[in-house]
Amino acid sequence: MKLKGAEIIWECLLREGVNVVWGYPGGAILPAYDALTKYPQIHHVLVRHEQGATHMADGYARATGRVGVAVATSGPGATNLVTGIATAMMDSSPMVCITGQVPTASIGTDAFQETDVTGVTLPITKHNYLVTDVEELAYTIREAFHIARTGRPGPVLVDIPKDVQNAYCEFVYPEAEIVLPGYRPAKGASELELKRALSLIEASKRPLILAGHGIVMSGANRELQELAEKAHIPIALTLLGKGAIPEAHPLCLGMMGMHGEATCNHAIQDADLLIALGMRFDDRVTGNLATYARKSHKIHVDIDPSEINKNVEVDIGIVGDLRTVLAQLNPLVRRERHDEWFETIRSWQDDARVRDIVHQESDGKLLAAHVIHDLWRYTNGDAITVTDVGQHQMWEAQYYPHTRPHTLITSGGLGTMGFGFPAAVGAKMGRPEENVWAIVGDGGFQMTMVELATAVQEKVHVNIAIINNHYLGMVRQWQEFFYEERYNQTPMFSPDFIKLAEAYGVPSLRVERRDQIEGAVREAEAHRGGPFLVEFVVEKHDIVYPMVPAGADLHAMIRRPGPTVTPDMV
Amino acid sequence: MNQKGQGIDIMKRTHTLTALVENKPGVLNRVVSLFRRRGFNIDSLTVGRTHTPEISRMTIVMEGDDLEAQKVEKNLYKLVNVIHVEQLTEKQTVMRDLALIKVSVDGARRHEVTQLCDIFRAKIVDVSPDSLIVEITGTEDKIESFTEMLRPIGIVEMVRAGVIAMGRGGEVLTANGYQARLQSLASAGKNLKSVV
Repeated sequence: MKLKGAEIIWECLLREGVNVVWGYPGGAILPAYDALTKYPQIHHVLVRHEQGATHMADGYARATGRVGVAVATSGPGATNLVTGIATAMMDSSPMVCITGQVPTASIGTDAFQETDVTGVTLPITKHNYLVTDVEELAYTIREAFHIARTGRPGPVLVDIPKDVQNAYCEFVYPEAEIVLPGYRPAKGASELELKRALSLIEASKRPLILAGHGIVMSGANRELQELAEKAHIPIALTLLGKGAIPEAHPLCLGMMGMHGEATCNHAIQDADLLIALGMRFDDRVTGNLATYARKSHKIHVDIDPSEINKNVEVDIGIVGDLRTVLAQLNPLVRRERHDEWFETIRSWQDDARVRDIVHQESDGKLLAAHVIHDLWRYTNGDAITVTDVGQHQMWEAQYYPHTRPHTLITSGGLGTMGFGFPAAVGAKMGRPEENVWAIVGDGGFQMTMVELATAVQEKVHVNIAIINNHYLGMVRQWQEFFYEERYNQTPMFSPDFIKLAEAYGVPSLRVERRDQIEGAVREAEAHRGGPFLVEFVVEKHDIVYPMVPAGADLHAMIRRPGPTVTPDMV
Repeated sequence: MNQKGQGIDIMKRTHTLTALVENKPGVLNRVVSLFRRRGFNIDSLTVGRTHTPEISRMTIVMEGDDLEAQKVEKNLYKLVNVIHVEQLTEKQTVMRDLALIKVSVDGARRHEVTQLCDIFRAKIVDVSPDSLIVEITGTEDKIESFTEMLRPIGIVEMVRAGVIAMGRGGEVLTANGYQARLQSLASAGKNLKSVV
């Protein structure tokens, strides 16, 4: 059957199991949009800015594990995708972006709306393609999906010139297995690697598991729990590792790193063995590398070989899929007890508890940490939360313990402000049965709040919690600590969010006291047929504790002043 | 403790890597972009087609410790178009560079240059009344000592091809799996020319 290139795009997407895409039409992608009218099985969501399309596709991908698809035209349409692609790349989120391109004959002439988008996105995609022959279109799209979802997932961009979309060819979907000789994702561990890992685990008295995004992405939750329980090993989580194990589990210590639990950071510095699983020793979790975890041997399991020995040199590096590797390892692991180690850990935890702001009375001001804590309580700790970037993101990580994987969606690696709200829309569209909360700051929300119109048009019930402190709070915090309180360009004017919501036809509430939180959460969740906005007007001058200053030693945390502070703890 | 992995040499030295890559537009750009964004310091990079027209071969020479060389190798593998990477050890490798050197000479010193060419087994490939072009092939060391000898006579132009390398002996560097790729594309009814 002869088909037009534009039709082949949708035929291929259908065969990849795609039923929803996010995009924005324009000149160079018009043939594809015209052909889309013949494919009612694919729901197209019209966004208000192409960046929103990528974050929605990304949020969808992270909530469902499926590949998210964003579509844009050439030139400005394509360049608007850049932030969203880079966000997905840093957090290994599977995404395929389809962009229109000027006709092949015009490429290189600075034609209207021409941008070398494969050049622009080369360093921020897992791979990208410029399709110059319609005969190669189907195969390329199939390859793009294969690369996006396998191995260490990531975004793949396919740039399709307008004449290729308009050309006809015989459409045969390539069913055969994709063979890419330069692309062979790792599978499991070798016997020797397992043996060497076991000998370190058995010799260890103070072991600690560092669990990251890789656990969630490979679906290794049960295997992780089994390993930890069998060998009696505590678990510290990265930000994207939240949900890898129920945080209420007695072996789970919470989040590590710059704003992590002090307990985790002390444990990392004191452990004699770190078992790093699907995490990449990012500078936000290690602090100063020269003093990081000096007492420990290290085992590192990751699917990406280039992560092994990248930041932290390890004794044993195992390249493989975590679920496979842990399933290999677990039966060989000896049952152990590390009671002495846990006693030390308990003492750190006790200290942290008395400092915890959740256990401190508020003086009438609404504290963001209390908002998150109450949100956790009134959503039964079971919502999908999608955060933006900044203080509220760290408070979410600290005060919203997650029990299931894929329930915290946040821009960890790139730290993309503006990610939260559109990503929440994508997440809700992928998991409509879930209770989805976008937790955003007043700054980040204003970057992508145009997508309110998208959410209304699509009737997507996302609950939006704006944590409004009238500042770019995290930047303000750095200015307070490291720039002698010169609050330059961080106080921020915002529109009246209630009136803004009204303009979009979105119901909303403003919360200024803690006793109003429960009612607002209940009302938001009872709403149907579109987004609901709650503005929490919180204390302006709050600080996220603890904090490891950038580049400082991991144990050199700035702690919240508490009743039992002793000099060596500060 | 932070022990180094076993057998890792932390001394800085010259590493030679050879990579088989798909011969497609943009692949060199991907490799160079990778080196730039990861901050890898490369002394030389050469690329050319092999006897299999779909495959190009790169030779990369870099200074660094073993760990840095490993990082380059691992990151090259992340590129979908890179099929095979191998680190070549100096002893078991034939390495060659080629240089063309234009020397400005008057009649009196011309003989001096031809003598040097004899010693270094270089060739004079162009002669004019006041200049010569000399072609020399060999290891980098050899080319550098030859250059030093010519310098006082008067080098006015010089160009080098960059180092190419090949492992000695019967072991063959092959693009494993590449035939399967060609077959898979053939079965899909496509030819290879521009699946970038």
